[in-house]
Amino acid sequence: MSAKLERLCRQLKESFGDRIGEPSINHGEVTVVVPAASYLEVMRQLRDDPAFSFEQLMDLSGIDYSDFTGYQGLRYAAVSQLLSLAHNWRLQVKAFATDDEFPVLESVVDIWNVANWYEREAFDLFGIHFEGHPDLRRILTDYGFVGHPFRKDFPISGYVEMRYDPEQQRVIYQPVTIEPREVTPRIVREENYGKGGRG
Amino acid sequence: MADVRNYTLNFGPQHPAAHGVLRLVLELDGEVIVRADPHIGLLHRGTEKLAETRTWLQTLPYLDRLDYTSMLPSEHAYCLAVERLLGVEVPIRAQYIRVMYDEIARIKNHLLNIGTHALDIGAMTMVLYTFREREDLFDVFEATCGIRMHQAYYRPGGVYRDLPDQMPKYQENRFKNAQTVKELNEARNGTLLDFLEDFTNRFPILLEEYHTLLTDNRIWKQRTVGIGVISPERALQLGFSGAMLRGSGIEWDLRKKQPYEVYDRLDFDIPVGVNGDTYDRYLVRMEEMAQSNRIIKQCIDWLRKNPGPVISDDHKVAPPRREKMKGSMEELIHHFKLFTEGMHVPPGEVYAAIEHPKGEMAVWAVSDGANKPYRIKLHTAGIPHLAATDEMCRGHMLADATAVIGTIDLVLGDVDR
Repeated sequence: MSAKLERLCRQLKESFGDRIGEPSINHGEVTVVVPAASYLEVMRQLRDDPAFSFEQLMDLSGIDYSDFTGYQGLRYAAVSQLLSLAHNWRLQVKAFATDDEFPVLESVVDIWNVANWYEREAFDLFGIHFEGHPDLRRILTDYGFVGHPFRKDFPISGYVEMRYDPEQQRVIYQPVTIEPREVTPRIVREENYGKGGRG
Repeated sequence: MADVRNYTLNFGPQHPAAHGVLRLVLELDGEVIVRADPHIGLLHRGTEKLAETRTWLQTLPYLDRLDYTSMLPSEHAYCLAVERLLGVEVPIRAQYIRVMYDEIARIKNHLLNIGTHALDIGAMTMVLYTFREREDLFDVFEATCGIRMHQAYYRPGGVYRDLPDQMPKYQENRFKNAQTVKELNEARNGTLLDFLEDFTNRFPILLEEYHTLLTDNRIWKQRTVGIGVISPERALQLGFSGAMLRGSGIEWDLRKKQPYEVYDRLDFDIPVGVNGDTYDRYLVRMEEMAQSNRIIKQCIDWLRKNPGPVISDDHKVAPPRREKMKGSMEELIHHFKLFTEGMHVPPGEVYAAIEHPKGEMAVWAVSDGANKPYRIKLHTAGIPHLAATDEMCRGHMLADATAVIGTIDLVLGDVDR
């Protein structure tokens, strides 16, 4: 399996040169970072070039790296999982949006039609805009929702809650009344924690 | 001349054929569907965001709540992702148990799908037959982990306990006399594996019953043949997987092509459709059940002969046995640390995909070394399939919309997450 993945990495380097970042193999998966400027053409070639023939886009999701331990760099990325049935291999393509304030990437809907809903979802949850998307509406959140809930600075309890108001005899929105709490704190331990025998 | 405009119809969110809370905005020209716009998110619970605030183990039961008709395969994808990040070895017996339960879940899922699909388009009887068999399989789950639906049985590192030695039995009451109870308990006198073996022996005959009810049924064929046709090229473009992809004639099954656990040791075939219509997908699912039955049989044989541990003995990941925990200080510390702070998963990203009954289900897990996931993305098979509803419905009659929704094996918990 790993010889095959190394072949894929080699082919990626030969075909794209410095239009893409260095491909890496982790946990038996190939990941490549593609700059936003060449994102669309690289994706198109990944599908059409018989050396890769990634016929299927299995998944595209947004991610917000702002809280990632020890990470400094661009905040938003769209991560695609490509699958080639002909070669039976997968590739993870990561494209970072260059502007943290207004993240924009090009849409791959024309290359893989399935991207339509995935990009709507990434827009809805992370606020990443996809240029050239035919119908960039919210998809999972409520009609008229404000904000992008999967960003790391959006609280888990949200900002508004919904209840029935007997006086107005309709459902209303009001500021959320849940107290934020954390049962288990989030901890990142130093390296070799718990492995040094005593202590 | 009168001004003729298209009629917009709101299908759902509370509609018995919508399989949950799907809102489908249909634009109709007479009775012909011009455009179908599914509105999803009415069941959105933010599982992925919740996972970021829970430890790796606490996240596991949420996975059950995604696709509430086949729970264990979803857990499976999550466990595989965590195990790959941790680099934990899963005992071979646990792998066989997981494969067996995945296949039970596949049968259970397809039974529900075929039963309700037939119900949606007018064949009332089918659902009564398939739910009878689902009940036996629910009993298997209940015997294994005490819960019928949301099992939380798979854990990173294995499964939480070994298979039980006995099946729960029916008891006499006001409604069931001694004779009835004896008949009902006939298959339940042995172990769980005996009960399952009895089921696998009965199942091919039951499958024949379903075939008699539907396969050559004239009405069923009129409602499904040529409905929602998807060509192989479009199926790839639309990101299809599972039975939807195979129904269009593409032989692709992760169990064969990218085998995980012990699927490479088992003997089974992959059914493939020809025309890519609703009827072919129905046939593919029927044959898949027969193949799952074969896999379960092989797993039962293996599990009978090979006892052994069912969960990893790496106590940074899996808890120590209870009696050890009570007797040894070190095990007590392990237990305490594991259930308060939780396991620490090394930094990295992993995309673990499995062949879920509905298609490719995958968990993309990102860890930054903390005791909680940094980001979990759940790729469920239902999303691309539902997204294709528009294309599959276009040009069909209004009544065919339910046939299309039935054939994509829709569960909204799976789509909305």
